[in-house]
Amino acid sequence: MLISTVLSVKADGSGFTGPSIDDFFPPVLLFPGTPFEINRLMAIRILVVVLLVLFFWLATRNLKLRPSRAQVGFEYLVGFVRNGIVYEPLGERLGKRYEAFIMTLFFLILGMNLTGVIPGLQLSGTSAIGLPAVLAIITWGVFIHAGFREKGWKYLKDTLFPPGVPWFLYILLTPLEFLSTFIVRPVTLALRLTMNMIGGHMLLVLCFTATQFFFFTVLADGNLIGLLGVGTFAFGLIFMVLEIFIEVLQAYVFAILASIYIQLSVVDEH
Amino acid sequence: MLPAFVSAAAQAEGNPNPVIPAIPDLIWGTISFVIILVFFIWKALPAINKLLDERRDAIDGGLKRAEQAQNEAHAALEKYTAQLAEARSEAGHIREQARTEGAAIIAELKEQASSEAARITANAQVQIESERAAALASLRSDVGTLALDLASTVVGDALSDDKRSTAIVDKFLADLDADEKSKAGK
Repeated sequence: MLISTVLSVKADGSGFTGPSIDDFFPPVLLFPGTPFEINRLMAIRILVVVLLVLFFWLATRNLKLRPSRAQVGFEYLVGFVRNGIVYEPLGERLGKRYEAFIMTLFFLILGMNLTGVIPGLQLSGTSAIGLPAVLAIITWGVFIHAGFREKGWKYLKDTLFPPGVPWFLYILLTPLEFLSTFIVRPVTLALRLTMNMIGGHMLLVLCFTATQFFFFTVLADGNLIGLLGVGTFAFGLIFMVLEIFIEVLQAYVFAILASIYIQLSVVDEH
Repeated sequence: MLPAFVSAAAQAEGNPNPVIPAIPDLIWGTISFVIILVFFIWKALPAINKLLDERRDAIDGGLKRAEQAQNEAHAALEKYTAQLAEARSEAGHIREQARTEGAAIIAELKEQASSEAARITANAQVQIESERAAALASLRSDVGTLALDLASTVVGDALSDDKRSTAIVDKFLADLDADEKSKAGK
């Protein structure tokens, strides 16, 4: 009760400003009015792309048969994606074909996600839906193309009319299959990633703005309730670790789902 | 805390919808994806795959070399074993041959010795025979002269006296004996 009165008073006055959805639509910095408008989030994306290219260029520039310590680490990272995400669901033949695509998905999303906790940036490149949507649409196109490439029109038949089901169930099953395969898959891919990043960002900003408010507004006024800032700061740190984990996990989830969708398209059902 | 959050949420109304992408958002997203994909296809993955292939080749080569060395060692071992067996059988052969040869030599020597002995025996017999013949011949001539001597002695002396004839014979015999003894003494 006491806290809420303190907060409501302050919220009206000197200002506790929590996180808002505006954080993901920062003001335009460059090329206003054109389709190439650059705001802070787009600038972060460009920075991530440059850093990714630089990292992979440096890492693969001078690979040795007998690896250095750093190269072993790099090979472990690439090997994890290559074997765990690409080759395991898809097998050797298809794995080779979709390796570049899925590795791009993983490392691009990972890089974009991690900017959410990097001091000074603290905004994920994937927290505006554009990039996740583009990636989801491309994944959608790739797994449909993979299905047609492997099985021709039989792909649609296998997907919409799963074999081994009594014919009258197709009345129910076919619309559901259509919905889940061609609509729900890309939408969930994009939304899962974006909303995780937005939620994580909101949580971190809430914790740290609250800490700021408790320490520099409430405590500075001589009100000991401001010591609650210690707690919010601790929560902020814990959520930050959690957020790093979620950022890696979401990159993994997106990439492995893309891999599995391709595999489901090409698998021969009887 | 809650009212602040609610007011913040209320402020958000009328703001852009986070689920509807803006055009620049889509454009920069696509550009990001394309750059990374092209870079991966063009540079990063070929480098990684080339390295992995090279490493596999190196390992395969190493394995092949090791296998080759092992095969060579096997071949050498087999060769040595064969040579050793051959040498052993040859040694056995030589030993066998030596044994038969030794036996042959011994038999030959025995043969030689016995024939030598036979020869010596024969020689001795011939010699004895010839000596006996010589002795017989000389005895015969001696006996002739002795008989003549005896006869002349007997004739020259009185043959009627038995006592004298006995004495003559005794004397003859004694002479003969003496003669014999003197011959043996010589």
